[in-house]
Amino acid sequence: MNRRTMGKTMLGLAGAAVALSSGIPLAMADDKLKVGFVYVGPISDHGYSYQHDQGRLAVEKALGDKVTTTFVENVPEGADAERVIEQLASSGHKLIFTTSFGFMNPTLKVAKRHPDVKFEHATGYKRAENVATYSGRFYEARTVVGAICGKMTKSNIIGYVGSYPIPEVVGGINAFTLALREQNPKAEVRVVWVNSWYDPGKEAEAAKALIDQGADIIVQHTDSPAPIQTAQERGLWAVGQSSDMTRFGPKSHLTAIVEDWNGYYVDRVKAVLDGSWKPIDTWGGMSTGMVELAPYNPAIPEDVVKLAEQIKGEIVTGKRHSFQGPVKDQSGKVVIPEGKTATDEQILKMDWYVEGVQGKVPK
Amino acid sequence: MSDLAILGSILAAMFAAATPLLFAALGELVVEKSGVLNLGVEGMMLVGAVCGFAVTVQTGSATTGLVVAALAGAATSSLFALLTLFLLANQVATGLALTLFGVGLSALIGQGFVGIPLEGLPKLNIPGLTDLPVVGQALFGQDILVYLAIAAVPLVHLFLYHSRAGLVLRAVGENHTAAHALGYKVLRIRFLAVLFGGAMAGLGGAFLSMDYTPMWAENMTSGRGWIALALVVFATWKPARVMLGAWLFGGVTILQLHVQGMGVEVPSQLLSMLPYLATVLVLVLISRDVARIRLNAPASLGKLFHPDA
Repeated sequence: MNRRTMGKTMLGLAGAAVALSSGIPLAMADDKLKVGFVYVGPISDHGYSYQHDQGRLAVEKALGDKVTTTFVENVPEGADAERVIEQLASSGHKLIFTTSFGFMNPTLKVAKRHPDVKFEHATGYKRAENVATYSGRFYEARTVVGAICGKMTKSNIIGYVGSYPIPEVVGGINAFTLALREQNPKAEVRVVWVNSWYDPGKEAEAAKALIDQGADIIVQHTDSPAPIQTAQERGLWAVGQSSDMTRFGPKSHLTAIVEDWNGYYVDRVKAVLDGSWKPIDTWGGMSTGMVELAPYNPAIPEDVVKLAEQIKGEIVTGKRHSFQGPVKDQSGKVVIPEGKTATDEQILKMDWYVEGVQGKVPK
Repeated sequence: MSDLAILGSILAAMFAAATPLLFAALGELVVEKSGVLNLGVEGMMLVGAVCGFAVTVQTGSATTGLVVAALAGAATSSLFALLTLFLLANQVATGLALTLFGVGLSALIGQGFVGIPLEGLPKLNIPGLTDLPVVGQALFGQDILVYLAIAAVPLVHLFLYHSRAGLVLRAVGENHTAAHALGYKVLRIRFLAVLFGGAMAGLGGAFLSMDYTPMWAENMTSGRGWIALALVVFATWKPARVMLGAWLFGGVTILQLHVQGMGVEVPSQLLSMLPYLATVLVLVLISRDVARIRLNAPASLGKLFHPDA
């Protein structure tokens, strides 16, 4: 057991203080740029935090001679996060990535005290002189997935395991449903919220309930591979989230929506190195490589793969938008008129379902 | 799918969802009946979950995995026993520490096992019976652990209320000084009870990691240990009521997911709360007699025992 694992195992519950004494090496007297990363989960989650850590490793690989990196995992959102970020800032880190929405206010507080340190906050909307924000347009990948499901479903019912009814997830459901019904107007989407990002047991129960109600494809916006396993057990299809989950259901895994931060992280570290860093907001889609799809299941028919690739290509080149008017809400009212696409603000605040989704968005 | 078929699948899912709670709560019930309060259920479940999973992956034998899971849970609880029974540490604080410890230890052991898939346990299949409408899958289509957990309910009841050993264990839990004066080995009895509680929690955890969602993930019990603890209290330390509570909790959990899937317009946050509300409400109502609660609650619960005192 090394010091890092000690820090890691304690951190989740014992709070950040423990990790700070064991997880972060003391400031070293060399002139390499020190870059810090703060993760909300364990890097072993093979999902959200894992993907961010892949980005860190990409930075080390690309710029290892000019930078050193440090990470702290399992950092609870809230007051503990502030201590972790503060510790990183005051131990000589000049660029710090805080990779979860709940780190927003702690990041800004610490940034105020350390004007010489640059911060990058993922999925947030508050910026400052030295705080940039970044996120992925994951809904774009859901458009591609929606088209695949439209072709693959036989029962015309898609089960959707949701985490929390926040705009990011609701927007994903809408983008998915629009593409689904473009291919298959008879298909409908049923949503079950588990009110958790990560609870394998509950995610499996939700997937089972949806399957029992006739769904033959399970799409998830939660982080554990349990829905994939459940679909495999029942001999049905599923779509993974955050990272490639094929091994949990080689026969059920259609593809997965993969977050890829590697390119962005390398670019931003380079920008700090050459002095061109600015506190900008980046919302990258499939064209930037920030949002990717895992390899398609070999059992998907060739014409469906071709269709998926074509739609992906159209999104990358900007020929297609996930929310291309006319888009109607559940009451049949046109929200996005013909010839228009949804504005970023509309997407960021989405709290309504499009036609084809069953039920109402919980308020 | 027809409504009857959905009802059948809700029933089947209910028994499965209740199983980890039933294991952990029955174990804790025996522990508390001996006068010891072990709040470390969540930690012991996690250690059992990771050890059962790891051993099954390594040996390919689920039976070995289950045995090791029970042993690992018991081993974790022996730490608690050592601290509270023999070193007279505070039970509440030690139990909480055991949960923290179990979370960390299981994460450490599990490091090499994240992202490894596993086949679940085989399900029972009796031609004719398993295919019965509505109840077939629920009663005759589960796996061995589900039946084991249910079988443990009458066994624990028989042990506690119809065996000499159970009587002694309850006596120790009611008044350890008197039991000691009568010549019973209070510490040894409590030690065995704590080990049993640990083994049952370990099995409950292993059900999750080896069968329910066959994989290892940090903190995968997601608070089920705490629910089990609450079940014991709300069920006023009665095995049958613990089972009722576990089924109720499991059933409402599954039901609310179905209600959501059908598009019924109830806020999902409220529905997520429902299993807790319904279980607490029903158990409090059926055991609202204060005198009976006093009768059932072990009088020495949580009190330290020192033979010389």
